[in-house]
Amino acid sequence: MAEIIVVTSGKGGVGKTTSSAAIGTGLALRGHKTVLVDFDVGLRNLDLIMGCERRVVFDLVNVINNEATLNQALIKDKRTEGLFILPASQTRDKDALSKEGVEKVLNELAESFDYIVCDSPAGIEKGAQLALYFADTAIVVTNPEVSSVRDSDRILGVLQSKSRKAEQGGQIREHLLLTRYNPARVQAGEMLSVDDVSDILAIPLLGVIPESEAVLKASNQGVPVVLDDKSDAGQAYLDAIARFLGEDREHRFLDVQRKGLLSRVFGRKG
Amino acid sequence: MGILSYFRAKKQTSASVAKERLQVLVAYERNQRSQPDYLPQMQQEILAVIAKYVDVSLDDVQINLDEDCSILELNVTLPEQREPR
Repeated sequence: MAEIIVVTSGKGGVGKTTSSAAIGTGLALRGHKTVLVDFDVGLRNLDLIMGCERRVVFDLVNVINNEATLNQALIKDKRTEGLFILPASQTRDKDALSKEGVEKVLNELAESFDYIVCDSPAGIEKGAQLALYFADTAIVVTNPEVSSVRDSDRILGVLQSKSRKAEQGGQIREHLLLTRYNPARVQAGEMLSVDDVSDILAIPLLGVIPESEAVLKASNQGVPVVLDDKSDAGQAYLDAIARFLGEDREHRFLDVQRKGLLSRVFGRKG
Repeated sequence: MGILSYFRAKKQTSASVAKERLQVLVAYERNQRSQPDYLPQMQQEILAVIAKYVDVSLDDVQINLDEDCSILELNVTLPEQREPR
């Protein structure tokens, strides 16, 4: 039985799509057959982050409307074995999605995948609600910043009241993924710390992704950042995925990195 | 003493201000979430009745309903000098 994971946040621009791409790729790298589903109908970007934007022919809405089969719409990732992408429609809006339609597609995906990673649109309207409705697990992406934390708490309220699990009296498993973390600013008292955010949101911490040049570099090239396994952000995502799969990994990149003597003298090149 | 305490007083960082503000706000919003949907409407209507007799604003009224909906608590802060209308 497939596990449905929703990557959500409430607020836009915090790293949902980057995280979806990283987590989906990471799960596939670990040998789990994984599909990434873009729920951001009208503003799709997962295809761009995954570097398959020129291979999109059919999309989620086509499959819901029976204009294409699932196999026609699924894009096989060229870099990572066992990874597929189901893009969102760019020409429609969120009203093209229906609960029944989404359920049909997810049920069909569940037959052949281990993990279904749903990349939620921002907000708490229809698109976001449908992305999380069928989820077993939620990864709440949060920046250490007041509006992001508030919106994350809001989306936790939606997860706890408006999901299928909640309606059946159960609970979605919730994970906190703190992104764009800057240890130097935390140390200077200019940024909420991982403990501050964990205290307020009170859900288990899956990982902390440091603010990193590697993220923009990866999105420029359409390569998920976990494939840049030399980078801090890539390693932090790989750690988070290992924790998701039940491994015990210590959190890294929480403290200011001390520069070595050589790099202090000669400066560091990225 | 004045000078020493000036140096000793630890300036509150912006991150700790952020945390305090968030804790208050999130607690308030969680409380609102657990309230039934009719509460804001009811609050408006009760206020309208009170306002017929006393000069009050929405900020002067607090309505709390405990979790199993058994006790309704209504707090109205009345203006200090009541003027008949």
